[in-house]
Amino acid sequence: MNAPDTGLLKQHLIDPEICIRCNTCEATCPVGAITHNDDNYVVDAEKCNFCMDCISPCPTGSIDNWRTVPRAKAYTVDEQFGWEALPAELTPDQLAEAGVAAEGEADAAAEGPGGALGASASSSAFGGAEAAAAPGEAAFNSAAFNASLPPWSAAHAYTNLYGPKNPTTATVVGNVKVNEAGTENETHHIVLDFGRMPFPVLEGQSIGIVPPGADASGRPHHARQYSIASPRNGERPGYNNLSLTVKRVTADHQGRPVRGVCSNYLCDLKPGDTVQVIGPFGTSFLMPNHPRSNIVMICTGTGSAPMRAMTEWRRRLRKSGKFEGGRLMLFFGARTREELPYFGPLMSLPKDFIDINFAFSRTPGAPKRYVQDLMRERSADLAGLLKDEDTYVYVCGLKSMEEGVVLALRDIAQQAGLSWDTLGAALKREGRLHLETY
Amino acid sequence: MSSINYTDKIPNNVDLSQDKALQRALEHWQPNYLQWWHDLGPEGSQSFDVYLRTAVSVDPQGWAQFGYVKMPEYRWGIFLNPREEGREVNFGEHKGEAAWQEVPGEHRANLRRIIVTQGDTEPASVEQQRHLGLTAPSQYDLRNLFQVNVEEGRHLWAMVYLLHKYFGRDGREEADAMLQRHSGDADHPRILGAFNEKTPDWLSFYMFTYFTDRDGKFQLCALAESGFDPLARTTKFMLTEEAHHMFVGESGISRVIARTCEVMNQLKTDDPAKVRAAGVIDLATIQRYLNFHFSVTIDLFGADESSNAAIFYNSGLKGRFEETKRDDDHRLQGRTYKVLAVQNGQLVEREVPMLNALNEVLRDDYIKDSIAGVNRWNKVIEKAGLPFRLVAPHKAFNRKIGALSGVRVSPDGRVVSEAEWAAHEREWLPSAEDRAFVASLMGRVVEPGKFANWIAPPVMGINRQPVDFEYVRFN
Repeated sequence: MNAPDTGLLKQHLIDPEICIRCNTCEATCPVGAITHNDDNYVVDAEKCNFCMDCISPCPTGSIDNWRTVPRAKAYTVDEQFGWEALPAELTPDQLAEAGVAAEGEADAAAEGPGGALGASASSSAFGGAEAAAAPGEAAFNSAAFNASLPPWSAAHAYTNLYGPKNPTTATVVGNVKVNEAGTENETHHIVLDFGRMPFPVLEGQSIGIVPPGADASGRPHHARQYSIASPRNGERPGYNNLSLTVKRVTADHQGRPVRGVCSNYLCDLKPGDTVQVIGPFGTSFLMPNHPRSNIVMICTGTGSAPMRAMTEWRRRLRKSGKFEGGRLMLFFGARTREELPYFGPLMSLPKDFIDINFAFSRTPGAPKRYVQDLMRERSADLAGLLKDEDTYVYVCGLKSMEEGVVLALRDIAQQAGLSWDTLGAALKREGRLHLETY
Repeated sequence: MSSINYTDKIPNNVDLSQDKALQRALEHWQPNYLQWWHDLGPEGSQSFDVYLRTAVSVDPQGWAQFGYVKMPEYRWGIFLNPREEGREVNFGEHKGEAAWQEVPGEHRANLRRIIVTQGDTEPASVEQQRHLGLTAPSQYDLRNLFQVNVEEGRHLWAMVYLLHKYFGRDGREEADAMLQRHSGDADHPRILGAFNEKTPDWLSFYMFTYFTDRDGKFQLCALAESGFDPLARTTKFMLTEEAHHMFVGESGISRVIARTCEVMNQLKTDDPAKVRAAGVIDLATIQRYLNFHFSVTIDLFGADESSNAAIFYNSGLKGRFEETKRDDDHRLQGRTYKVLAVQNGQLVEREVPMLNALNEVLRDDYIKDSIAGVNRWNKVIEKAGLPFRLVAPHKAFNRKIGALSGVRVSPDGRVVSEAEWAAHEREWLPSAEDRAFVASLMGRVVEPGKFANWIAPPVMGINRQPVDFEYVRFN
């Protein structure tokens, strides 16, 4: 997952001032990248594959250190053996001197080993597969609580700048797989650049992609809708681009083999290819702007794209010194850790920035865990947030999750002595509960 | 089979439910354990929700899962590292044979003794630390104490499992006896001396977790080399947990030193009396605590010459630290090692057969590791620009076991008379006044993000949580 062509490396290092030399990391590392002498424990940049296995067993946190360096000038094992403290991060000027572009990539890489793709959660769009499904009806009428208005502090969204009859053209500038190779749910992170064409977007909005060609009856394909996975100022800040995260669909809902028309088209695109885009869409699934608002994000697999966008925007604002007050809490479900997109980058986000809870439903030998199970486990914290009028809740993922999630919210509220009738109605009325399931 | 079955009464990754007799025996032991925890575990803390680390599998992703747990509901269980295919006995006269999955009859008594001795230390430290929660310098430290406590409890489980599964009735009796002996109990003390010492204050606790838990690391490393495969796999996983205990000690002392240096610089003084008057622990007192805990702990490695150590090694039961990384014949016949003795009133080195000196080999490895950490503490003082340096005392200082017991040796390694010892003892070891002073600083601080005056905040929180995170919910 590390950035392949930028010349930059997010080098994994151990802080010698904090490390207690307990050997846990060396004993854990599956590829033998960690070694030691009498002074220090160090990571060999040639061998480290960013699997992150060493991170959580380390009792001190010293293992979780990263420095952006020119790939050709990575700190050697011998250099690290001699350290008494970690070196300072190289400045953009120093990186430029070394002949590598720091801007953008360095910023994105700064949060972890996700390399040029940067931080935070993501996955594909509404219908990460094909259909752009609208929220529908279910037995427990969870959809009844879905807000049709945005949060009061949301920025104004532009919509429908480009329709099916006048799509705009975007150029693919990146296409990388973002979960582990060999998993059934292969997921890609695709960056589209709009050049000089206006395409203003907000987190939570979506766009339509018009796949080339025609369907079986000879009609041009319909556009397919995907949530935007990047924040308002671009996947690369300051550039007119955005990202999508797309799951390659190879089977239909009944498990019969079928090639997803648009997802396979997108996953196979190469940098330099162009695509036809319509949109943007969405006026209510938008994030609050005011600095003390809390965001609770609940998603499964491919429903995490808007969560990534919101998380990344908050991360950028936080870096600039704003938004210290609001809390971020993420419940993210996938079948296995390997199938979960952006696992590594997510794990490297600071704990005091975002409270991340993973639910894996198909980990061999472990009981199935779903997002609503985790929500119930964290009911004390969720109840506290639900009592706060500055809390906004976003749900995105498979249709089947919606009812369980809203029921869990109801139960948590009621156990905390809140009336769901009152709270649920307020969440809807005030634009504080948003459901996007497909 | 790395993930842990939490649906059984006793969480495990050893297919316990396939062995009904064993399962019943352990389920019979469990209520006694819980009663012991209730009676002698951390005082006054049974209903707190503590942000604890629990293993859900023994692989890297699974073993460090964090969440709020009440300590009595902690999922104490039996977790073994995955079996390594084709593992062999790597040292001693059985070198090259397949590692044993069952206890070899001829080594049964010795193995049981090793496991009982190791197992006895685990509940002992919980007992020694039981009152410390009442004087925690912060919520962060309180959480760390409780994490150490529950894991020591789990390490007892690990040893009890081995006793029950592989040693029949004797094993069950030994497992019962571990809950009968208590630290410092005049009639039924713990087996090893250091585990009957009091841990009355947090400076002692940090010293204990730095020095004595480091003894645990070296003993566990030596057992992780064992030809008896279940013991090796159990202790390997215990080592991952033990690392946190040493971290608590090393960073704890480091924070005490950092705070002391800060105050010394503020007041521009190195006068211990003025430093103490400012409510922090003077560096000389820290040095005396260090001398005490270092010397008491190195006694845990046993006599310098020991035929038991030779037998344990020869028969493949207990290896050396990093045995398989060493570049020798792993049999050690005909090799020698230097141990200390007193001749004509002076310390001298004697060559003895290495097999008989294996306690000393392990002790020396431990000493090297310990001193490296003392040097890291010195970096904190150095950074503050102060000339004081902490020093590990000489190996012969204040020894109660082996050839050096009963000989008076100064911290810098001179054999001294009884009179000189008496004249300097208060400079070298903590006096009653030192202990009373340290005790006077112990007051409970539990507001998130607040720390007692005598200790600096940590560099970072646990599991990358912020330092002012609510690590303990007092309900």
